[in-house]
Amino acid sequence: METKIRVENLNFYYGNNRALTNINMEIYRNKITAFIGPSGCGKSTFLRTINRMNEFIENTRVEGKVLIDDEDIYSKKVDPVELRRRVGMVFQRPNPFPKTIYENIVYGLKKNGVKNKEVLDEVVDTTLKSVALYEEVKDKIHKSALELSGGQQQRLCIARAIAMQPDVILFDEPTSALDPISTMKIEELLLELKNDYTIIIVTHSMQQAARISDYTAFFLNGELIEIDETNKIFSNPRDKRTEDYITGRFG
Amino acid sequence: MNKILFESKSKMQKNERVINKTLTILGMVSIFTTIGIILSLTEETIQFFRSVSIIEFFTSRKWTPMFEPANYGVLPLVMGTFLIVIFSSIISIPIGLGSAIYLSEYAPKKVRKILKPVLEILAGIPSIVYGYFALTSITPLIRSIFPSASVFNALSAGIAVGIMTIPMVSSLSEDAMMAVPDSLRLGAYALGSTKFEVSTKIVVPAAFSGIAASFILSISRAIGETMIVAMAAGSTPKLTLNPLESIQTMTGYIVQISLGDVPAGSIGYKTIFAVGTLLFAITLILNIISRNIVKKYRRAY
Repeated sequence: METKIRVENLNFYYGNNRALTNINMEIYRNKITAFIGPSGCGKSTFLRTINRMNEFIENTRVEGKVLIDDEDIYSKKVDPVELRRRVGMVFQRPNPFPKTIYENIVYGLKKNGVKNKEVLDEVVDTTLKSVALYEEVKDKIHKSALELSGGQQQRLCIARAIAMQPDVILFDEPTSALDPISTMKIEELLLELKNDYTIIIVTHSMQQAARISDYTAFFLNGELIEIDETNKIFSNPRDKRTEDYITGRFG
Repeated sequence: MNKILFESKSKMQKNERVINKTLTILGMVSIFTTIGIILSLTEETIQFFRSVSIIEFFTSRKWTPMFEPANYGVLPLVMGTFLIVIFSSIISIPIGLGSAIYLSEYAPKKVRKILKPVLEILAGIPSIVYGYFALTSITPLIRSIFPSASVFNALSAGIAVGIMTIPMVSSLSEDAMMAVPDSLRLGAYALGSTKFEVSTKIVVPAAFSGIAASFILSISRAIGETMIVAMAAGSTPKLTLNPLESIQTMTGYIVQISLGDVPAGSIGYKTIFAVGTLLFAITLILNIISRNIVKKYRRAY
């Protein structure tokens, strides 16, 4: 088992409020790691420190280290734009661009200078297939992405992230705005994707974490209470607070 | 108890009806005004075309209704207006769009709070002030660069009209860009976009309908602008593409004739109605185009 991401003594502040306290953890390559915890526990904030998306929120500050492949992403040498090409992200609500399905997928590649139409066509086909959307949309890939259903839009957003060939993909509650069937499809997709990517998912659903993740981290009040293999967390947690949360005593 | 309730209800319904009627009448006022304008224009225009053939009006290359021999070719006036539109657009579209992108995507909140009202004040300056500005500042500058330029020239007036319409472009475009949801920006950032890429590849295309509408409105405004061109562009109807020459626009001509001592009812007097009708038709067509663009490209995000 290979460590992909190592977090060392991470603190995060909104203004003077400390939102994350002294986080240390390791995230393994080609595994799904789930972050669970009650609302406001800092799990989404922590997720966004991994691709530096918190920088779009004014008046925030990070202390500590996040190492991806042993390189600190907060070092001055790292360009956040470059980082985000390696660390993709899928958001809570599907946010396809108001462009065609095709344009959504090739947006990142075109921006990076890929112009060869055959290459782009190929990427569109393979990514649509890998998110199991190809059959549903093959006749309308030059139609607006906004015509798709919510679940299809979310899979398109995943395809858009995959097209960049990142190492890591972050999912911020990707199914919270979707119906159960769409949710199931996305979960199946995540299990497929972990063969090629390191996946981190924030979820408010403990069942979801139990169904798909290899590792689960439990957060409370900005602290990492514990992280372990998912079945251990759900069957035999070490910390009393984790047990209280997963048995539904609060949260 | 029930009776009181019923009575008050019927009274409310009566009030409702009165309000409804009043508002309908108020709405009608603007419709009837438009119809009135069209009628007053068409009557004299029809009379004009009884004396002058419509073919001459659109094909003759000379406009000399006040001289002998009189020529009634409107093209020189249309060309004058066209020159003003071209030069004002060269100024207002890039500067307006650039400042809209800056205000919406780059400017810190505090800067925007100050800059946006300042830009909008620019829109409130009377156009005669821009006319002075053109004559006293822009023209001398042009003549120092191009000594051949006339005292009155299309370039100077076009630049002044362009400056005047910058706020229209920037303010409407910025509104359209601000309406683009942040989730799209964040989505693009998460794919490794720079701020410039987010602005030009995501926000501007998503706001395209509003931006295009602002361009067309500013062009409409340039076509209709009167005071600046009357002051700075000259009064020589001329079929030329040289912006350094004195020209005359459609609006400039109408002002000249209506202020002069042309007897009412004469053919010279009727020319201004024919030109006015053409002006009205052009701006109407532009407005229809702009509505269609807004409709066609409107995206429900």
